Amino acid sequence: MSEAVLSVRNLRTEYPTHAGTVIAVRDVSFDIAKGEVLGLVGESGSGKTVTGFSIMGLLETPGRIAQGEILFHGKNLADLPPKEMRSLRGNRIAMIFQDPMMTLNPVLRIDTQIIETILAHEKMSRRAAWEKARDALGEVGIPEPEARLSAYPHQFSGGMRQRVAIAIALLHKPELLIADEPTTALDVTIQAQILSIVQRLVAQYGTSLIWITHDLSIVSQIADRIAVMYAGRFVELGAAGQVIATPHHPYTSGLIGSIPSANARGQPLAQIRGTTPSVLNLPTGCPFRTRCDHADEACLQEPPMAPDPAHPSHQFRCHHPLALGVAQELEPS
Amino acid sequence: MTMWLIRRFLQAGFVILAMTVIVFIGVSVIGDPMEMLVAPDATQKERLEVAAALGLDRPLWQQYFTFLSGLAQGDFGRSFIYGEPALQVILTRLPATLELAFTAIGMSVLVGVPLGLYAGLYPDAKTSKAIMAGSIIGFSLPTFWVGLMLIVIFAVELGWLPASGRGDTVSVLGLQWSFLTLDGWSHLLLPALNLALFKVSLILRLVRAGVREVMPEDYVKFARAKGLTEGRVIFVHVLKNLMIPVVTIIGLEFGSVIAFSVVTETIFSWPGMGKLIIESINLLDRPVIVAYLMIIVLLFVVINLIVDLLYTVLDPRVRIRTGA
Repeated sequence: MSEAVLSVRNLRTEYPTHAGTVIAVRDVSFDIAKGEVLGLVGESGSGKTVTGFSIMGLLETPGRIAQGEILFHGKNLADLPPKEMRSLRGNRIAMIFQDPMMTLNPVLRIDTQIIETILAHEKMSRRAAWEKARDALGEVGIPEPEARLSAYPHQFSGGMRQRVAIAIALLHKPELLIADEPTTALDVTIQAQILSIVQRLVAQYGTSLIWITHDLSIVSQIADRIAVMYAGRFVELGAAGQVIATPHHPYTSGLIGSIPSANARGQPLAQIRGTTPSVLNLPTGCPFRTRCDHADEACLQEPPMAPDPAHPSHQFRCHHPLALGVAQELEPS
Repeated sequence: MTMWLIRRFLQAGFVILAMTVIVFIGVSVIGDPMEMLVAPDATQKERLEVAAALGLDRPLWQQYFTFLSGLAQGDFGRSFIYGEPALQVILTRLPATLELAFTAIGMSVLVGVPLGLYAGLYPDAKTSKAIMAGSIIGFSLPTFWVGLMLIVIFAVELGWLPASGRGDTVSVLGLQWSFLTLDGWSHLLLPALNLALFKVSLILRLVRAGVREVMPEDYVKFARAKGLTEGRVIFVHVLKNLMIPVVTIIGLEFGSVIAFSVVTETIFSWPGMGKLIIESINLLDRPVIVAYLMIIVLLFVVINLIVDLLYTVLDPRVRIRTGA
């Protein structure tokens, strides 16, 4: 792998509230190489979206990055002046959101919303910007882009709106795209279309992609590497094939086990028992221990992120890793 | 769209017709204008002559239909007091009220929207809390008292601004306007401020609430994620989304300023329609009262129509449907 486009080091994001400080992201470290696809998996509230917003510098007040570095080509985004951060956003780092019905401004025309993004980062005539906007819509497979440019968001379906959002995010061929569950709110058939559009374009532009989702089955299709988040921490990080085939963390294993499959027809779905603990009231030590079958006294101490001796790039955060040294013959896909 | 307009005009026609009945009956049951118009020592013959001349000797329904047929020809009857057509009496007062209303609404928008934006964007700042506290005062202080205080402070104590009248006026299109002269402006300022105070509070609260509601929306985050400047995010993406309630309120308030600025016009001796209607009610000048109320109904109907049309400009999702 070539030099990392983005390298996050010990990121910690906090939200001071009246009930105490919520640590939404804790000790998160990862690299992403040029053109690489990282799948960020976790339940609601596990901190995956906050991780995305931390990178974008778009944390809602009172959220703040309390610790750590977000190095984009070696430049720390965490203490970049707002003006410089703004010139990166939508230009070299872009983001698309979960609900396409809400990401476009309902009272502004599509052309306004695209052209303003172009002109925010590039000097060009309105005419040239309009042509670029039209071509961008064509790229994401919107029929009759000239006519659609003067439409309003409510005249588009959810899938079409997400295409527009993708077109906007990729206008400047960014080096990093953060996709925050962009297919969750869509029909399954539309999901597949959106997925393939994003995959095609990031490959074409050499864009690195962070795909945030709670859906392991999507991530296993597109990601080079997978990171699993639980209670604000990375609990497992590794090549997609390894993480899916030999999950070391019981939580990852539970997630994989709970995916319905045709082979298990008629049998009850496997579940992870219990519910996600409140971030304000996490168990001491390993946050997963109250839901884990393997927990013992050792789990009262929070485990560090440790590498798999056989595959050092496959890391996990568990005192009792599963399947360590098993299935080594499986090659990463 | 055309069908919608036709329906709206028909509806407006019915509203106005219903109002004529209510207004005509209402005005007829309060007092006897003869008492005011005829000298107390007049003979019965003189009384009957006056009543016949004004049409007051006929039954009410006949008077109503005479009034209605006059109305159809744009004739609201003659003022008992001025002896001129009632409509003309009112229209000569209209410019004074209009310029007062426009100035007051203009002030409240120019002050209210920025203050509301600030208070919405920085809800925890001390300034915002001061603004919100100030708006409570703006809401709750009675207009007449504020008007008197303004006179006491700026006209009597400081002597900066005149306390009454319209000042110099310029004749445009046969009507007198004071906003075209400096002296006129100095006369306009205090009463407009008096009227604007309440509306500033109203608008700033609406804008603040709107900002608080719109800011967490995804499209605001997405606008930021696109790398737009904060100014563009707020003045285009946020502001345009919260304009609908603001425009509604401005429309209604504009109507009420024109129709009911009675207190302010009285305190500042502003020769507008509000002052006229109070005098007319005191003198039981029925044609003027009726004509005035008809004009106000018409005014509200027109303002509502304009506000509805503005909705479609502000929010493309509001479609005007023929069936609606």
